Amino acid sequence: MNRLWKIFTSLRLTVVLLGLGIVLVWVGTVAQADEGLYQAQSRYFKHWYVWGLTLFGHKVPLPLPGGYTIGVLLLVNLVSAHIKRFQWSAKKFGIHLTHAGVILLLVGQLFTDVFSRETQLRFFEGQSKTWSESATDYELAFTTDAGGDAEEVVVIPQKLLMQAAEKGVELKDAKLPVGVRVKSWWKNSRSAFRAPMQANQPPLTTNGLARHFDFRQTGETKSMDSKNIPTALLELASPAGPLGTWIASGWAGDEVMVDWTVEGYEEEMGPQLAKAVRARLTEPQGFEAGGKRWALTLRPARTYNPYSLTLLKPTHSVYVGTVTSATPEGIPKDFRSRVRIENPQTRENREVEIYMNSPLRYAGLTFFQLQMDASERTRQRGRTPSSTLQVVRNPAWLTPYAGCGIVGAGLVIQFMIHLVGFVSRRKTK
Amino acid sequence: MKKWLPLILTGAMAVWFLGTLRAPAVKDFDYGAFGRLPVVFNGRHQPMDSIARNSLLQIREKQSANLEPWKGDLEKPRIIPAIEWLVAVMTKPAVADEWPVFRIDNPELTALLKLPEKDKEKECDGKHYSWKQIEPSLDVMQEQSTRIGGREQRKESEAGQRTPFERAVMKLHDRLVLYMRLKNTLQPQDARDWSKELAEYESLLGPGVAAIQAQQAKEKYDEAVFKKFVGYAQKFDAMARLEPPLVVPPHAHDGAAHGDWTRVGEALIEAARGESLPGAVRHYAAMAGAFQRGDADDFNQQVAAYRASLAPGFATELTKSGREVFFNRMQAFYNAMVIYVLAGLLACASWFNRSDWLRRSAVWLIGLALIIHTTGLIFRMVLEGRPPVTNLYSSAIFIGWGACVLGLVLERFYKDGIGAVVSSSVGFLTLIVAHHLALIAEHGDTMEMMRAVLDTNFWLATHVVAVTTGYASTFVAGFLAIVYIVRGMFTKTLDEATGKGLSRMVYGIVCFATLFSFVGTVLGGIWADQSWGRFWGWDPKENGALIIVLWNALILHLRWGGMIRERGLINCAIVGNIVTSWSWFGVNMLGIGLHSYGFMDSAFKWLMGFVVSQLALIALGLLPDKCWASFRNRPPMPPAAPSRKEMKPGKRDKGRSKLAPA
Repeated sequence: MNRLWKIFTSLRLTVVLLGLGIVLVWVGTVAQADEGLYQAQSRYFKHWYVWGLTLFGHKVPLPLPGGYTIGVLLLVNLVSAHIKRFQWSAKKFGIHLTHAGVILLLVGQLFTDVFSRETQLRFFEGQSKTWSESATDYELAFTTDAGGDAEEVVVIPQKLLMQAAEKGVELKDAKLPVGVRVKSWWKNSRSAFRAPMQANQPPLTTNGLARHFDFRQTGETKSMDSKNIPTALLELASPAGPLGTWIASGWAGDEVMVDWTVEGYEEEMGPQLAKAVRARLTEPQGFEAGGKRWALTLRPARTYNPYSLTLLKPTHSVYVGTVTSATPEGIPKDFRSRVRIENPQTRENREVEIYMNSPLRYAGLTFFQLQMDASERTRQRGRTPSSTLQVVRNPAWLTPYAGCGIVGAGLVIQFMIHLVGFVSRRKTK
Repeated sequence: MKKWLPLILTGAMAVWFLGTLRAPAVKDFDYGAFGRLPVVFNGRHQPMDSIARNSLLQIREKQSANLEPWKGDLEKPRIIPAIEWLVAVMTKPAVADEWPVFRIDNPELTALLKLPEKDKEKECDGKHYSWKQIEPSLDVMQEQSTRIGGREQRKESEAGQRTPFERAVMKLHDRLVLYMRLKNTLQPQDARDWSKELAEYESLLGPGVAAIQAQQAKEKYDEAVFKKFVGYAQKFDAMARLEPPLVVPPHAHDGAAHGDWTRVGEALIEAARGESLPGAVRHYAAMAGAFQRGDADDFNQQVAAYRASLAPGFATELTKSGREVFFNRMQAFYNAMVIYVLAGLLACASWFNRSDWLRRSAVWLIGLALIIHTTGLIFRMVLEGRPPVTNLYSSAIFIGWGACVLGLVLERFYKDGIGAVVSSSVGFLTLIVAHHLALIAEHGDTMEMMRAVLDTNFWLATHVVAVTTGYASTFVAGFLAIVYIVRGMFTKTLDEATGKGLSRMVYGIVCFATLFSFVGTVLGGIWADQSWGRFWGWDPKENGALIIVLWNALILHLRWGGMIRERGLINCAIVGNIVTSWSWFGVNMLGIGLHSYGFMDSAFKWLMGFVVSQLALIALGLLPDKCWASFRNRPPMPPAAPSRKEMKPGKRDKGRSKLAPA
């Protein structure tokens, strides 16, 4: 125990960890070129160990401690060294302050890693939304009319669907009149319109979406600028008997992907067919059960807020004369969204402006201007302008601010102590 | 005498610099006045002079045009300033087309385009060719550039995978496009007598539009008028499609501009839609006419008349243009570079000669260079309305500036010429880097506009300045270490006191670098948190900065733990050079992430060269004492690495701070 304590408090461990940290950060950066930012991040930095590195396109079968290991060990080393050696002296005040700041930063980052949630809110000019959507996770939603304006929605998260697919169990819920068996779950998939008058393969199933679209499984994507679009083959059964096989796909349930698909068809096949594709893709597919009509979609997982945001006006300005053949959208000068917040709980009803480097912090969430599709070109093409906000819940968001201030102050103090000492020594010489 | 030499030398250099500031005398055509006319290009207001220099920099890789490149320097080839070249390209292309300004270095490309080889008799230097010489092979060029561009558009390959030949093709392609743009800025490139054609077009506006309407309504129309009018419209449309600079200012009422700047081609087409023809189009046509006739007086009058017409609504643009022309002429960074070289040589010499006047001369000269460097830096900030660092180019200038200041501060304390050498060598090297970055800058413009997310002076002034100061100080520490190794290994001038002093300097600068790189890196995180809610995203540039912080922290801990001493510290500081150059340039070459500024293949080999040279220096630094010229006759160093017990804070430690280097 004593030996362990000695190791944990030793400066040598600090040096070794810093060295390993440098190697890890460098390797993890170079690997991004081959593995993509997302995978490199989770494999090297958000992991306890790394097995097998990728350097400039070559696989190197070497192990490395991961970011978690180095971070946690550094934290332990720092804290225990301070417990062991701490002594109050003005000369070391700067050093203590610096290390306290570093501890705060490390803890804050660990905390952020565990507790922060990122979602996105995309809305069109004039549209109001009370929810934001996950950029990676989907959910299977069953919807039915509950009378009046209300809707009853039963949602099965992606995680459960994947488990059900693996174990072959039937998913049931008291609120849902059907049982769901996931015959297959494709993490990433492609879709193709079954154009009439063409030699098509037989459809996956003869219900709903599958009548007009073919889906097939495809490899998972790892790069930062593309995402996985899942598709599920579902078998539904009510107490009265089986309801057949259905397709639920992100290609139909994700607004962004629908737009993207339709745009592709428009470019290739013209507006007529594109219109048909949109109609078929967004057509609700449903069944009768328990005396009600239900619709099912696989949509990006939603997080609801007790208030609504309305996009009043998106502004997408570019530098004059920069809309050229090389940059058809122009060089962006400013993205900003004028938004109305309506909160029945607080009776708030006010307008705010969200733009680059100036997010809205509201009710524990932060709304950042992420993407903007409101250029001249968008309007010319007859599309409704839209804006996408990044919605972040990060209870530890203030720690870097405090940490930076504390470390900076600590270093300045220590530095000044040296400098003053140095200058006065030289003067006395 | 020796007492006054430093002052005299510095005075002479100052006079030389001030001499370059004077505007050249007007002989016949007032090119200077034309150069100060404001236009919009590359998304920003700039003077014609900047377009001229930046375009020539792209096309010829120089800011002036040598019209007789086959002649040696002593044979006095005819060299004209960029603006003179631009006036000819814009208004008298038949002449400019004959000037050999397109630089082509790739022999495969020269062969493909069937261009003549170097032959002094035939007036060809084998590197510079005229539009006229390239014109017959434009089809071949087109074929090649379409092939390469198409392949990249279909994502079958990336720009980074081009062969040297393909790179040369695309480079020339861009240069030719730029040249065509310039030719179509003020008038259609094939205009014979533009003023006359313009008058004819204006007279056709009414009948021409009527003829088109009649033709569309399937009524009777004047076929001759119709054909002529449509011919003009097509020509102007082609002009506008080339996307030349925007030279036509918006209408100004009550001293304020309404609308945006446009191109001549666009303004001419708008005229057919019923808009009034802007005065600028006519003014420029008159200038072109005068220049073609060789009538200098008329040309100068026309330029003056146009300036006068701009004065009410565009006072700010006119002033800014004038300032930018002055800034261009000052060439502050180039001139500072020249003085740094001189100062560096003098300071090095002072180590051998041990005479103080050499050292003092060096310090004075560095002071002068620093004043010029600072003037340029501030001028740029004022012109852009931005903090000092806005792109890779300006980061080089700022790093040089910061390193120079640090070096001078060290010199002020130690007075041993070392700070001076570091100042001048880092100043010189970073300005060289900046000079070459300007060559590969997009559109040859180093003052391009900031994209939306970067459009924030607060973060540019805090995060970017802190990080680049961190770079600058890490480099200063590294160069101090190089001085240690070179002097210790190859000369006998590194005595014990100098060595100790050097390692103390390195230690102090590493502390300074830790502070700035840490604060800068974390501020970057906070900026990222402000703009998209992510404090740390493991972006390559962020990681590069993190590595610098970790490396500096590692050096400090190694030192505190007694795991390294004087020589170890020196070697570690040189590793700092590698780490910093990686973060500064290396990560950009990965071609990924938020901070990637495009693949810089030409810079890659220089970076590799730098890294190899630093590794070589470290290897030297690891050699035993007997290989060092300065150490051979010195008593052996005490054994390295004190026992860990010594490290424990306690009574024994009281005499010295744990942090103070031994």
